[in-house]
Amino acid sequence: MELYIFDGSLEGLLTAVFECYKRKSPVVKLVTELRYVPDVFDSGYRVVSDREKGKRVWKGLCKKLGKEWQLRFYKAFLSEQPEVFQHLLNFARYIIDQPPGASENFAHPDVLAISQTAQKVHREKHRMEAFVRFQKTADDIYYAHIEPDFDVLPLLPEHFQNRYADQRWIIYDLKRKYGLYYDLEKTDEIELDAAPQMSIINALPSDLLDEKERLYTLLWQDYFKSTNIQARKNTRLHVRHVPRRYWKYLSEKQG
Amino acid sequence: MYERIREKLGILADAAKYDVSCSSSGSNRKNENKGIGDAEGTGICHTYTEDGRCVSLLKILLTNHCIFDCAFCVSRRSNDVKRAAFTVEEVVELTMNFYRRNYIEGLFLSSGIFKDADYTMERLVRIVKKLRHEERFNGYIHLKTIPGASDELLREAGMYADRMSINLEMPTETGLKLLAPEKSHAEVKKPLKYIQNSITQFESEKALIKSVPRFVPAGQSTQIVVGATPESDKEILYTANAFYQNFSLKRVYYSGYIPISNDARLPVIGSQPPLIRENRLYQADWLMRFYGFKVQEILNDIHPNLEADVDPKLSWALRNLDQFPVDINTADYHMILRVPGIGVSSALKIVQARKFNRLYESHLRRLGIAFRKARHFIRYADSPIQLKEYEAGHIKGLILAESKSKYVSNPNNQLSLF
Repeated sequence: MELYIFDGSLEGLLTAVFECYKRKSPVVKLVTELRYVPDVFDSGYRVVSDREKGKRVWKGLCKKLGKEWQLRFYKAFLSEQPEVFQHLLNFARYIIDQPPGASENFAHPDVLAISQTAQKVHREKHRMEAFVRFQKTADDIYYAHIEPDFDVLPLLPEHFQNRYADQRWIIYDLKRKYGLYYDLEKTDEIELDAAPQMSIINALPSDLLDEKERLYTLLWQDYFKSTNIQARKNTRLHVRHVPRRYWKYLSEKQG
Repeated sequence: MYERIREKLGILADAAKYDVSCSSSGSNRKNENKGIGDAEGTGICHTYTEDGRCVSLLKILLTNHCIFDCAFCVSRRSNDVKRAAFTVEEVVELTMNFYRRNYIEGLFLSSGIFKDADYTMERLVRIVKKLRHEERFNGYIHLKTIPGASDELLREAGMYADRMSINLEMPTETGLKLLAPEKSHAEVKKPLKYIQNSITQFESEKALIKSVPRFVPAGQSTQIVVGATPESDKEILYTANAFYQNFSLKRVYYSGYIPISNDARLPVIGSQPPLIRENRLYQADWLMRFYGFKVQEILNDIHPNLEADVDPKLSWALRNLDQFPVDINTADYHMILRVPGIGVSSALKIVQARKFNRLYESHLRRLGIAFRKARHFIRYADSPIQLKEYEAGHIKGLILAESKSKYVSNPNNQLSLF
């Protein structure tokens, strides 16, 4: 078994797949530089991320994978889970070596792992689509910040752009320190010099907010209470749908 | 200055909450005019109430003034509650401001009937028209059909709404007559039929001419109140089935009756709503819509009610042990779907995966089926040899002993008699 060390990027991962074939390595253990612990007996091969090599591997994968599986591959990568890189490498090699259709073999450990990890990331993406609460600022930008479990920001532009085409908005990931800004034409990645802190209520200080913002927060909290049926109270079910770690996003849970 | 609008929202959201539908899926309305909103594809639950129900739409009444006196309804004429009414502008502003902040997927607008049906329906149409035309709102709109409204108004409403619904309320005509003598199932069927026919007509025209507008793209639904009148589960589910078939409904909702009245015809205030029964009805509804079960297989004269302690799929399997065990590696997809503990997505994965390898217990466990439940009904590559046939009661006992049923272990609803 050979040890490959890569930089943790998607390009690096795909380059690693390329090198497996070029160097004819039958079994490869893949780790990121961050997790690499030097070993006296096994020095390991350092993968140098290469755009062209990465592209060739991705093109090869796309020939064998439908759109849905291409997206699953990317989503699994965004999970940032240390063990997922190994699964992605194995999966890519399995798909390249097998005739088309092998991705439907859910009994294969790597196929199943990618499918399940992608599903987790997808759920987190969906949660962000649901739980983001914009606050309207005095200069007409709708602002929200999040701390998602996985790096789902790259998956969000399409959804929010289609929906909020006529308003400017920012969604900022406080954990990974970057955000999305839609300026009525396109969505760009941005970094804020002084990002606000994640706080329990009112993400932004009130002097930055539109004068009606307070009213709509109140009305939303009122609505949340009024639409509840006390006789049906079921806290277990409630918490299953809205796990506690997301409550900090939700103004209706603060009232 | 905010007090009046807050009070109105309180009253009119409270009065609307007994309509349980909150679905925002199934439409195909895209944001094509660079306006606001997009109602394509799957719905989103933006939050959940403390009773665990999805909040997807701003669900409100235009007004809770009503000329009718239906015993089961909180807004009935004779009930002593605060009354309020929104203006058209207030509803539009609330919807837009909630939507822009990503609180909701759209609007669910219903109303008490003031003056007459057409007058009420006309107001509802005015609101949705304003949202679509003036605000360029492409989010989801669920609009209530007011019984007795004219065909012209219904047709106009259908041009703006994604879904329309009208409630049967009681599962049988007899039940309805008992509690709401002024109402009938016939007046529910008439608009359901009219809109169903219009949907078909628009769809066939759209097949020829692309520019034909959308008409109620997410279809129609209805709601049946459970437990206010003494119908059996069979009567409820057979009614639902007939409405699915005859009116191409997208959904039938079952709403466990929450006692809100001292009327002697109804369960007394404070008695627990029939939540388990409601849940079992939904499970049975799913079996009809996604698992290929006929209603007669689930309930019939010998079994007129769903069991409380096991789900209807397990209940059916235990009554039909001659159809089991099912061999996971060879059986037809439709039969795999009937195994208790295997859902639609696991069944699909099983038939995909078995093309590559024979499936063993370890595969099945990892695929995510409820193995402990399913194992009594299946054979797989490394099935243990079974020397004797178990009978239904024994299997049920094993499953109940192994599982932590939310109902048995949590008897705070309707099970505790003493």
